[in-house]
Amino acid sequence: MSEPFLIGDTMTGGYGKGPDILHDCTIAVNPGEIAVIVGPNGAGKSTAMKAVFGMLEVRTGSVRLDGEDITSLSPQDRVIKGMGFVPQVRNIFTSLTVEENLEMGAFIRKDDFKDTMAQVYDLFPILKEKRLQAAGELSGGQRQQVAVGRALMTQPKVLMLDEPTAGVSPIVMDELFDRIIEVARTGIPILMVEQNARQALEIADKGYVLVQGRNAHTGTGKELLADEEVRRSFLGG
Amino acid sequence: MTDFLNALVALTNFVIVPGMAYGAQLALGALGVTLIYGILRFSNFAHGDTMAFGAMATIFITWTFQAWGISFGPLPTAILALPFAIMITALVLLGTDRVVYRFYRRQKSDPVILVIVSMGVMFIMNGIVRFMIGVGDIRFSDGERFIISARDFKAATGLKEGLAIKTTQGITIVTAIIVVAILFWFLNKTRTGKSMRAFSDNEDLALLSGINPERVVMVTWIIVGALATVAGTLYGLDKSFKPFVYLQLLLPIFAAAIVGGLGNPLGAIVGGFIIAFAEVTITYPLKKVLGYLLPESLEPDGLVQLLSTDYKFAVSFVILLIVLLVKPTGIFKGQSV
Ligand SMILES: Nc1ncnc2c1ncn2[C@@H]1O[C@H](COP(=O)(O)OP(=O)(O)OP(=O)(O)O)[C@@H](O)[C@H]1O
Ligand SMILES: [Mg+2]
Repeated sequence: MSEPFLIGDTMTGGYGKGPDILHDCTIAVNPGEIAVIVGPNGAGKSTAMKAVFGMLEVRTGSVRLDGEDITSLSPQDRVIKGMGFVPQVRNIFTSLTVEENLEMGAFIRKDDFKDTMAQVYDLFPILKEKRLQAAGELSGGQRQQVAVGRALMTQPKVLMLDEPTAGVSPIVMDELFDRIIEVARTGIPILMVEQNARQALEIADKGYVLVQGRNAHTGTGKELLADEEVRRSFLGG
Repeated sequence: MTDFLNALVALTNFVIVPGMAYGAQLALGALGVTLIYGILRFSNFAHGDTMAFGAMATIFITWTFQAWGISFGPLPTAILALPFAIMITALVLLGTDRVVYRFYRRQKSDPVILVIVSMGVMFIMNGIVRFMIGVGDIRFSDGERFIISARDFKAATGLKEGLAIKTTQGITIVTAIIVVAILFWFLNKTRTGKSMRAFSDNEDLALLSGINPERVVMVTWIIVGALATVAGTLYGLDKSFKPFVYLQLLLPIFAAAIVGGLGNPLGAIVGGFIIAFAEVTITYPLKKVLGYLLPESLEPDGLVQLLSTDYKFAVSFVILLIVLLVKPTGIFKGQSV
């Protein structure tokens, strides 16, 4: 198989001088695909994402983007390399307006980003309506849209989403998934963590089940959904 | 009717005009404190002495200009000196950041450590200012003394009470309005200003957006230098320049910033005026005003001065205590202390 577009390869590491949380953990996404990471709370899903984004030290293993080793790059430099990240928590500027959030997303861009902003507003029409409102005054689902929109503003080559549907109703969740698929169709590979494992694996080209910082199961979304053990332990039957 | 007008004029003359000028000075000081708190995330105890330093720079340049025979007509020469003093103060702050604060920022030190560090900076700055310009009272206001003098006002209106507006008071208010307008325009409309607000709001996400923290910090110090110099100069023009007074100003300035909500610029301005008016009203003998308004029989015997001016700082202190007890985040939602 060819090299994935973005891969955190056999990563071991933890926060600061603390114990290892990830143990030989590998997550990756291929060009034009959606990869989904699922697993119980505290499994290290967010930690794995942060490790791929350079927000904690990877003690062994490496991170590669489009074949290039980026293990030692700072998060800011990874943004410049074309990686976009929506963290699980505190993923918007609450005191800034929706539009200013998007502008800050485009901070590193020196060119005119009006078109990208128009695309984001097309993708999330509600944001256009609320563009002059403080982002902190929006509903949970709308905030997640701001968060994803902010990350799209750099026109990333790969998008990493940590639980984009956290705290939203099932209807909004479906809607958000549709939007994410739409983004993926534009050719941006998406690496995402999801709590709603079943729906997420249904749209996933590739799925990873993490348990205690280790890869427990890996396969295509369909394979994992069909896997008896995965169903029993993670999908509730 | 004339009694009422006299009361109004007396109140304006002794409470409202001085309160506005003092409020504007506190607001400018509190803006500096609140910006540092919002962006560098510590309470800067050296801010009072930064104001003293800025005012001192203004005075030296004013003296130089006066020696060269340069003046600003009816306005104080100090206004001409301000831009140069701002540059000097900003450079000193950037230097201090480079040799002192940056080290602790890299260590990711607790805010409480930075507070103590800023106290060290405060003592050093205070020493430098006293060493360079002395500890005595310095008046450096020249030009026209009054916009309206009490005598002219009485002659024009025929009222018993006079209304005097000093040039320095007028300048204080006008300058404060201009400075605040520029600051808010900068923070809300420019890319750099927005990135400062973003950094203050959510540092991690700002980093993820590619905002350069060192640049944000640098711009913050420059703005703080400008605010401190303007505030210190205006206060010195209006009253007089005396290094120790700026140390004492720290309390009302912090009270203003906290009352308004630390980290919130609008709050700092409102807080500044609240503290100023509370202080001026409570320490002003209201007998004169009440004398006009109340019938003879009810006229107060005493001065109706709620607190002697010697205790004026107690006002800030009490307001501060009440706010911290009742609403620790201040009137506008600032960061909780
Ligand atoms: N900033 C941190 N510093 C130290 N330890 C942390 C930090 N964040 C998370 N951990 C620890 O790392 C482990 C994995 O946490 P992580 O957030 O990666 O889990 P997760 O799989 O994302 O869980 P969830 O589904 O609840 O989001 C936990 O034991 C947690 O206590
Ligand atoms: Mg998580």
